[in-house]
Amino acid sequence: MAAESIVEVASLTHRYGDRVALEGVTLNVDRGAIFALLGPNGSGKTTLFKILTTLLRPTSGTARVAGRDVVAERDRVRGRIGIVFQKPSLDGKLTVLENLTHQGHLYGLWGRELRRRGEEVLEQFCLTDRASDRVETLSGGLQRRVELAKGLLHKPEVLILDEPSTGLDPGARADLMAHLRELRDRHGVTSLLTTHLMDDADRCDCVGILDGGRLVTLGTPAALKTTIGKDVVTINGGNPASLAARANEKFVCKAEVVDGSVRIERERGHEFVPQLIEAFPGEIDSVTVGKPTLDDVFLRQTGHRLWMGGGT
Amino acid sequence: MSAIPTMSLLLPAMSLWRREMVRFVRQRSRVIGALGTPFVFWLLIGSGLRNSFQGAGVARPTMDFLEYSFPGTLVLIVLFTAIFSTYSVIEDRREGFLQAVIAAPAPRMAIVLGNVMGSTTLAVIQAMLFLLLAPLSGIPLTIGSVLTLAVVLTIVGMGLSALGFLIAWPMDSTQGFHAVMNLFLIPMWLLSGAFFPASGASRWLTWVMTVNPLTYGVAAVRHALYIGRENATTAPSLTISIAVTIGFALVMIVLAGRVAAAKG
Repeated sequence: MAAESIVEVASLTHRYGDRVALEGVTLNVDRGAIFALLGPNGSGKTTLFKILTTLLRPTSGTARVAGRDVVAERDRVRGRIGIVFQKPSLDGKLTVLENLTHQGHLYGLWGRELRRRGEEVLEQFCLTDRASDRVETLSGGLQRRVELAKGLLHKPEVLILDEPSTGLDPGARADLMAHLRELRDRHGVTSLLTTHLMDDADRCDCVGILDGGRLVTLGTPAALKTTIGKDVVTINGGNPASLAARANEKFVCKAEVVDGSVRIERERGHEFVPQLIEAFPGEIDSVTVGKPTLDDVFLRQTGHRLWMGGGT
Repeated sequence: MSAIPTMSLLLPAMSLWRREMVRFVRQRSRVIGALGTPFVFWLLIGSGLRNSFQGAGVARPTMDFLEYSFPGTLVLIVLFTAIFSTYSVIEDRREGFLQAVIAAPAPRMAIVLGNVMGSTTLAVIQAMLFLLLAPLSGIPLTIGSVLTLAVVLTIVGMGLSALGFLIAWPMDSTQGFHAVMNLFLIPMWLLSGAFFPASGASRWLTWVMTVNPLTYGVAAVRHALYIGRENATTAPSLTISIAVTIGFALVMIVLAGRVAAAKG
């Protein structure tokens, strides 16, 4: 099923002086999808966010959002996207409703239409009874919900979120993803979010992995994980380096030391565990067998863990 | 999006103006800072210099320093309010509120006008409150002088607010703003005839005061304060003062719009 692309990025490059933040990124986002840009700090995802939200002009390449060019048709793009910034953008001294009303005015909404949309988004995010509370008195999770309501007030086609789960507890993060799914299913809104958290990306329809300003791979979380295919066996024990070397010798596998653990990709991992324990008696503290995660995909594609930081 | 072009400018501008009003009322300390400082300044320095002030270059030799410095103090209140308001631009940028404003399709001029109108409104209200003290310094108030002053202070306020916006918009930290305030805005006020008349100053100071646009703002306020009565100042004339003050405000607003469009 060929879906229509709502975000089209072609050969996008951005440099801050000599530093290359994005290099030749090309990707499309289908209308109605929840798309995650996954990458460590410095991978270029915030630069891409800024370009897609028209806040930064790319050095070269093009980006179109909702059918409009982010440079040539900047104001039209602005009217069609909703933005949720990583840093709060609410005025704490104003009430929830005052923040929404102000946002509406900036987007040309007013009068009865604005009132109606305000009531709709308040209800959608279960904020109706907090409408007259000052934002500074709300919890972090509630404030994030007000940010979402604010971003959606003018009925954008695309919602672009920069690290939306930063500072949220697991409950509020699950809540956020549920809201994005509801927006997708009931209103056909596309969401594009940046994240450095694997489980956030895992919950999305499609993931693009960025590292060092390049798009290293792109696909659904399931498809990306099947590229690894095998199980991942992780061993914790006394001397990881020597353990890995001896495991390679004995079992002809590709054992590596990653973050102080020995990591082996292997078919039928559960059958491999007893052999390992018998081969190295007393040396192994724990063994885990798991299906590949997006972290494994990241490791395969970049040669390092997500958390070790990509740099440029 | 509104079909009427003025609407797309005024709607966001009025909304930003309203936000400034609401925030001001909810932050009482700002009222004290903007109104209290010039009052103390005027009372202490005015009283201290009362007897040593020689009315050189002043139309009426009997004028004392409390009276002489009263119009300048009105302008100082406007200047302080403009500074405090534009200071909030830097805070809004740092706290994140501004990022959503910048990313909105609203014209940049709407951001400038909303800010300028907001700080001008606050400045004029506070200056008018201070005006109630005018009779204490020997300046009787008439309906004519109060109304003229409201208009003149509004124009002065718009110019100074737009100047403040122009300085604050590109800044990421408030420290830089303090430096500009101390090295540029306060001297601009000191050399505007607010504190001492140009005729008593040295030649180069006289020259600086002549090219300082705020000299004309202070002169316009001085004229307005004594409107319909004996003139208490020598130069420049009311017409020139008002013309320069309006011109200054327009130029500052246009420049502020340019600066806002250039960054963000």
